[in-house]
Amino acid sequence: MRFLPLSGADRAEMLAAIGVPAIEDLYKDVPEGLHLAAPVDLPFHAGELDVGRDLAALAARNLDGGSAPFFVGGGVYRHHVPAAVDHLIQRGEFLTAYTPYQPEVSQGTLQALFEFQTQVALITGMDVANASLYDGSTGCAEAAMMACRVTKRSRVVLSGGLHPHYREVTETNARFLDLRIDALNPDPATPEDLASRLDEETACIVVQNPDFFGRVRELSALASACRDAGALLIVVVNEIVSLGALKSPGDMGADIVAAEGQSLGNAMGFGGPHVGLFAVMDRLLRQMPGRLAGQTVDVDGNRGWVLTLSTREQHIRREKATSNICTNSGLCALAFSIHLTMLGEAGFTRMAELNHAAAVKLAERLGAVDGVEIVNDTFFNEFTLRLDRPAAPVVEAMAGQGVLGGVPVSRLLPGEAALENLLVVAATETNTEAEMDKFADALGGAL
Amino acid sequence: MAGTITGNKGLQQEEALIFEQDSPGQSGVDLPAPDAVPSRLGEAARTAPVGLPGLSEPQVVRHYLRISQKNYAIDAGMYPLGSCTMKHNPRLNEKMARLPGFADIHPLQPESTVQGALALINECARWLTTLTGMPGVAMSPAAGAHGELTGLMTIRAALEDRGGPRKRVLVPESAHGTNPASAHMCGYTVEAIPADETGRVDLAALKDRIDDDVAAVMITNPNTCGLFEGDMKNMSDAIHAAGGYVYCDGANFNAIVGRVRPGDLGIDSMHLNLHKTFSTPHGGGGPGAGPVVLSAALVPYAPLPYVVAGEDGFHLVEHADNAEGKPYGRMKGFHGQFGVFVRALAYMMSMGADGLRQASGDAVLNANYLLAALEDDLSLPYPGPCMHEVLFDDHFLKDTGVTTLDFAKAMIDEGVHPMTMYFPLVVHGALLMEPTETESKAALDSFVGMIKGLASEAKAGNTELFDEAPRHTPRRRLDETTAARSPVLRWRPALE
Amino acid sequence: MADMKFTKEHEWIAVDGDVGTVGISEYAQEQLGDVVFVEVPDVGKSFNRGEEAAVVESVKAASEVFAPVDGEIVEVNSGLEDAPGTVNEDAFGGGWFFKIKVNDASQLDELMDKAAYDAYIAELD
Repeated sequence: MRFLPLSGADRAEMLAAIGVPAIEDLYKDVPEGLHLAAPVDLPFHAGELDVGRDLAALAARNLDGGSAPFFVGGGVYRHHVPAAVDHLIQRGEFLTAYTPYQPEVSQGTLQALFEFQTQVALITGMDVANASLYDGSTGCAEAAMMACRVTKRSRVVLSGGLHPHYREVTETNARFLDLRIDALNPDPATPEDLASRLDEETACIVVQNPDFFGRVRELSALASACRDAGALLIVVVNEIVSLGALKSPGDMGADIVAAEGQSLGNAMGFGGPHVGLFAVMDRLLRQMPGRLAGQTVDVDGNRGWVLTLSTREQHIRREKATSNICTNSGLCALAFSIHLTMLGEAGFTRMAELNHAAAVKLAERLGAVDGVEIVNDTFFNEFTLRLDRPAAPVVEAMAGQGVLGGVPVSRLLPGEAALENLLVVAATETNTEAEMDKFADALGGAL
Repeated sequence: MAGTITGNKGLQQEEALIFEQDSPGQSGVDLPAPDAVPSRLGEAARTAPVGLPGLSEPQVVRHYLRISQKNYAIDAGMYPLGSCTMKHNPRLNEKMARLPGFADIHPLQPESTVQGALALINECARWLTTLTGMPGVAMSPAAGAHGELTGLMTIRAALEDRGGPRKRVLVPESAHGTNPASAHMCGYTVEAIPADETGRVDLAALKDRIDDDVAAVMITNPNTCGLFEGDMKNMSDAIHAAGGYVYCDGANFNAIVGRVRPGDLGIDSMHLNLHKTFSTPHGGGGPGAGPVVLSAALVPYAPLPYVVAGEDGFHLVEHADNAEGKPYGRMKGFHGQFGVFVRALAYMMSMGADGLRQASGDAVLNANYLLAALEDDLSLPYPGPCMHEVLFDDHFLKDTGVTTLDFAKAMIDEGVHPMTMYFPLVVHGALLMEPTETESKAALDSFVGMIKGLASEAKAGNTELFDEAPRHTPRRRLDETTAARSPVLRWRPALE
Repeated sequence: MADMKFTKEHEWIAVDGDVGTVGISEYAQEQLGDVVFVEVPDVGKSFNRGEEAAVVESVKAASEVFAPVDGEIVEVNSGLEDAPGTVNEDAFGGGWFFKIKVNDASQLDELMDKAAYDAYIAELD
């Protein structure tokens, strides 16, 4: 077996050194009858050729984004990732290192995390970011729980434009902690009055920008209303590329930003692993969950980095920790950071412009299809269509013609008649005008 | 040691932060100029620059290559971090995860276009449930700690459905810190259970604490002292008799894969760290995946989503309305750490039922080989045989002036990553070594020689060797006090 | 220091009138190592004896500081925010944490005096 270096002779020699006749004798603490006598009922070992063939056959049963005109968004986006990103993250020194607990031999990971934290702080307009969380949805729940700790209040207001999975994850986490969730109805057609939901029990308002339906909002007024009410404003971002074109949440007055970073550096990968970005203003630093890399010097006076402020974390505080989180999303954070480093200021803002331009052009085309109405006034690279019939079968019909034409809102919010005809579509820099034409044709054909 | 003019040391190059290499306007990605379109951004259009630095592709590649060379990694050498299972990460896993049919698919595509992905999740689940002897598995948790939370929430949901959530969770003193933190996040108070003189859960003490207010006991088996909890079944029976459930921290499953099934031990819920036992890379701290296997009593309460096989293909159950049981909620967006599932399945198929059984045996053999080779040089708090990791304490360093930490730093100078230190807390100055099955006998012998040498230097009073270590690393000991007292957590431009 | 009383959790309290100044002992600061952060309670908050009133953190550890007697917080040492190292440098003086209005002076009699505390920590080592 190719991953096992010990030979039969090695094993015999080692068993002799230990003083037992067989490996089974090392399991003497396992009660009689509980040590299986034979391998479990699963296939035996296989070479790369066979495993590769079997898995490639499974992969071939999926329609991948490169093989179809692709306009699916809803929290995961298809972008071009430069070739160098994947090459660099596969260096064994990054790929196969553990959490940087021994800083003297982990300066690579630590420097990369320090740069990542700075990049996240810059694009979100916040003071400080952590070294990442699992993903945007769990980050959103962590943000809401954090706001309750900070304000010592227990009511959480969720915008109706929050991604439904983010809402569900936040509700699930709140369920056993006596937090009360006030979730507004998802309704892309009506402006939301979130400020009117503030009361003296409200810990935070969670608002997504651009929201699940694609709408873009200026949040400064909401931020001051929150401040006046002693609540925190949590801004969720699904499409991180939007921050190249939009005012940052920090500039608009956010207290906490919980974002999904998948769009940069990371494949869609059927939904994971992705990378949660989490940033706060300085005064909230001590209540922030997750790892942090910080700058210091070594005994020779040379600049270096360490994991710091770890007394907030579970391995020290145990049940009093800010979160039970242990891992971050290290390699995905690295991919994010390398992609953003390659883009730089000029590339990041241009990528955002290209996405917006693609969406505007797509909206023009789709808006001209009979039976289609564009719901949004404002959007970045994603917007909502109202069709003249339920959206799910239309998407299914388009898929039958090899076009992946968006997310029916009913996939995430089933059983709501008012939402049944809504279709969320996204365009990115990867979409050509020819693909947009194919999409418009397929949509027209399906209606 | 004389320095160099640049600060570089041969292959080891000093490397500035990307922000210090800014060439304004530069980019490593060529993008076309966008067509002029009417803006739909409304009042929220950005007006100020972001502040990101500009670098070209060669600068970026050189930057990350240089900093990568300041990391230790399992690819470079033995990484005996106890409880972390730093085994070889097969590259076939990486290749498979990058097939466009897996990497370039969207979680909200129509089910008809992702049948292969759903089949893969189903197949990964089949391997995990068969290996653990458990009827079901919740695939979505993102990591071990997330799996613990999932398992406890499932338990709580089941208890609530039966009448009341109960109040307390019993956790042994030697547990990972995530255990009490997870129980707390699930709304439970945590009660510590002492260890007995053999390093195992004190069964009598545990039984004393069990009453009808205890929701669950959280046991790590093999435990964090590297020992098998032989009374596991008795513990399970005791808590079951009182109407509670057994959560098992599966971080140490690598010792028993293919040999002992948690389902046979009376366990109700256990997370599996795919990034430990099933060889997916740690990536400098994630991403992981922590699927949670469940007993028949808990399966109905498993969180959304999950995959079911129908006559017309695979389906995702994403909403409570379509679920057969009573799912308590959702732990994570979309369908779990799919890319990690691909890697773990590639590993399991490569190893097979026979190989996984041999792997756990070799992991235990390697740890016991270290135990036998080092027990006279270090100090062993609990007699062997151990499981896949061996626990020493720092008695052998008493009166030498060398601490466990110093000893570890000297190991770094010898080119090996230290073992886990000061954990578990139940022994003084713990040194927890987990070699894993992917180390050769030659690598173990070399490690043993190095440890023996350092132990004898410490006992001979050569404290300088330890006090000043590490001396041969890109950075030497770092000032963690200053880092914590005056945190610098991001780069900022120097003030003029 | 003669008037200081000590708890088994290594807090000290020195009472002047009906207000007690509370800190952690020299022994406690040595065990913790470099203190990097101190979280003090809000003025006006009341605690029962034995309740967690403050937190002291070193690089690798966090410890609770318990109220040695019942009472209300009347003042906190805000200087520790910027200079947590004072706890290490002057545990029995400038490194105090908070002042508490003592509700029941008889509770003080249940604490250890310096000699008893010294004997107590001698046994811990």
